[in-house]
Amino acid sequence: MSDTGVHEEPELIQLLTPEGELTGHPDYPLEISADEARALYRDLVLVRRVDSEAVSLQRQGELGLWASLLGQEAAQIGSGRALREQDMAFPSYREHGVAWCRGIQPKELLGMFRGVTNGGWDPHEHGFHLYTIVIGSQALHATGYAMGVQRDGALGEDGTAVISYFGDGATSQGDTNEAFNFASVNNAPVVFFCQNNQWAISEPLERQSRVPIYKRAAGFGFPGVRVDGNDVLAVLAVTRAALANAREGNGPTLVEAFTYRMGAHTTNDDPTRYRASAELDEWKAKDPILRMRRYLEGNGLADEEFFASVDAEADALGEQVRTECRSLPDPEPLEIFHEVYAEPHVHIDRQRAEFAEYLASFEAEGA
Amino acid sequence: MTNLTIGKAINAGLRAAMEHDPKVLVMGEDVGKLGGVFRVTDGLYKDFGADRVIDTPLAESGIVGTAIGMAMRGYRPVVEIQFDGFFFPAANQTFTQLAKMRRRSAGKLSMPVVMRIPYGGGIGAVEHHSESPESYFLHTAGLRVVSVANPEDAYWMIQQAIRSDDPVIFLEPKRRYYEKAEVDTEASIAEAAPMGAARVARPGTDVTLLAYGPMVKTALQAAEADTDHSIEVLDLRSLAPVDYPTVFESVRKTGRLVVAHEATLTGGPGAEIAARVTEECFYHLEAPVIRVAAFDTPYPQSRLEEYYLPDLDRVLDGVDRAFAY
Repeated sequence: MSDTGVHEEPELIQLLTPEGELTGHPDYPLEISADEARALYRDLVLVRRVDSEAVSLQRQGELGLWASLLGQEAAQIGSGRALREQDMAFPSYREHGVAWCRGIQPKELLGMFRGVTNGGWDPHEHGFHLYTIVIGSQALHATGYAMGVQRDGALGEDGTAVISYFGDGATSQGDTNEAFNFASVNNAPVVFFCQNNQWAISEPLERQSRVPIYKRAAGFGFPGVRVDGNDVLAVLAVTRAALANAREGNGPTLVEAFTYRMGAHTTNDDPTRYRASAELDEWKAKDPILRMRRYLEGNGLADEEFFASVDAEADALGEQVRTECRSLPDPEPLEIFHEVYAEPHVHIDRQRAEFAEYLASFEAEGA
Repeated sequence: MTNLTIGKAINAGLRAAMEHDPKVLVMGEDVGKLGGVFRVTDGLYKDFGADRVIDTPLAESGIVGTAIGMAMRGYRPVVEIQFDGFFFPAANQTFTQLAKMRRRSAGKLSMPVVMRIPYGGGIGAVEHHSESPESYFLHTAGLRVVSVANPEDAYWMIQQAIRSDDPVIFLEPKRRYYEKAEVDTEASIAEAAPMGAARVARPGTDVTLLAYGPMVKTALQAAEADTDHSIEVLDLRSLAPVDYPTVFESVRKTGRLVVAHEATLTGGPGAEIAARVTEECFYHLEAPVIRVAAFDTPYPQSRLEEYYLPDLDRVLDGVDRAFAY
């Protein structure tokens, strides 16, 4: 049998062991201050709290659906904090941690899952595109945006880099593979950031790919790297390097963040039907927050007071999220017709007028 | 005045748009050095360079998907889909992303993307090169759909489509690419007929014959050939939205409507137009709205296409049916 690479053990870039020991990596040196390390820990805790509140809000009927990021906090915070202000991120629909880094308020995300908006934040203001639900579509948008960056001449040390998020399931989509190829032949400044959380709803990784995902990059002609997705420091260092490479005009990189979806696919899913609880226990030992806490404690970078203050902040944030979610107003019925087209459209105008008249007829009856 | 074919007129319109706005890009398969398989982008690569006339990898979804990203970055991409039948790999990006992006973003993102598609049959081609997919686009909220039938419209409407902040599906009647006429390319775009307006291509009093794209010529031939009836030919020009006031005005005058298109009958543009005309012109109609369309079959092998495509005789037969009531 020819060498398919299937049996080779992939290298996993890790800077911080699950026990919280900083080992570092020669290819990815990371200088990080105590303040920065504490800030990352705070991010991890706060986004996990937003997420758990959202799950509860869905259970209470306040949200139609929620896609939990539980377990993927380090992959998202590490990569999100690697971005610069001018960079542009193209998320899938689970990137609540990246959204947090890009200054999207939790209520904006909740609005979408509550059904009061389809997103609605300004992608340009935040450098964060709208959530994209059709799997893999956004990888092409990111690539096209990056081709625009090239044409703007916005490369160089202070240039703009683009990052596209997607999951292991998306690597089976044609659009993702077309994006790899378009980016490669155009040498576009884009980082493909795959959160391999091992599961595409009920289908395990081996149903999506026979080779480690990061190895696919080689076939397209650009580097691929697998990073420990539960190690926020490694993700930060690896993503920063990939973004710098893109920024400086050296083309795309595929980063595979090896992580685990600790929760269900969404609140409608029941993982007990398809996976063993032992697997979850194994990954709990690699928890991204626990690992960072051990690092901070073990190196005297944070004290009990710090951890208590982060917990208190998380409690306050949770309360804020609950209140804001419940007070999100339903849109007006005629909002259906808003922003379908940029310019006047006679069919829409007519249908809006007829529907407005129809609605008004009830008010007239009630009066 | 310049004597131009439809193909050359689109080429001249693209050139004018690229000169007018540096953000206008052309992208697609073979649009660069080759100038496109129909040569519609001929010479643009030479004059505007590879950054603005982009030979893409052979992947239609990739072309439309990256055009969306370019539009987000402030560009106005004009995408060429090489043939109608090759649109379908790009259907996801068109229907779930391009068409919905403005509304998804509550108006914060515009999608000034033009998708040029040579469409329709009659050129003796192999499978997938003769399709009329317009009904899929009409059914999709967020898209504008136009088709041109003469060099004048080809020249101006491609420029209007590029200036639109909405995504425009620009359907080019490939078997009419070589039809010639005089075009005043020195005139101002502001004086050109609006992109959404229908046009009375030939006035008449007895029956309205509505067509667009490649069927306009056939409709005009029918009007010429039918010495028993005065046929008013309407060139619809914009399929979405439809200029209904012009359609209704004509039908109220003639009392009869025949709609002709190469798209298949069921769920085709004629079905929607018939429904709307029935609602709005009910008391003016002397006969039901008649449709002359392709059969509800896959496009046949080319040796059968003369039977499949609505031709002069089938259009005339449709007109006769409108007078049978």
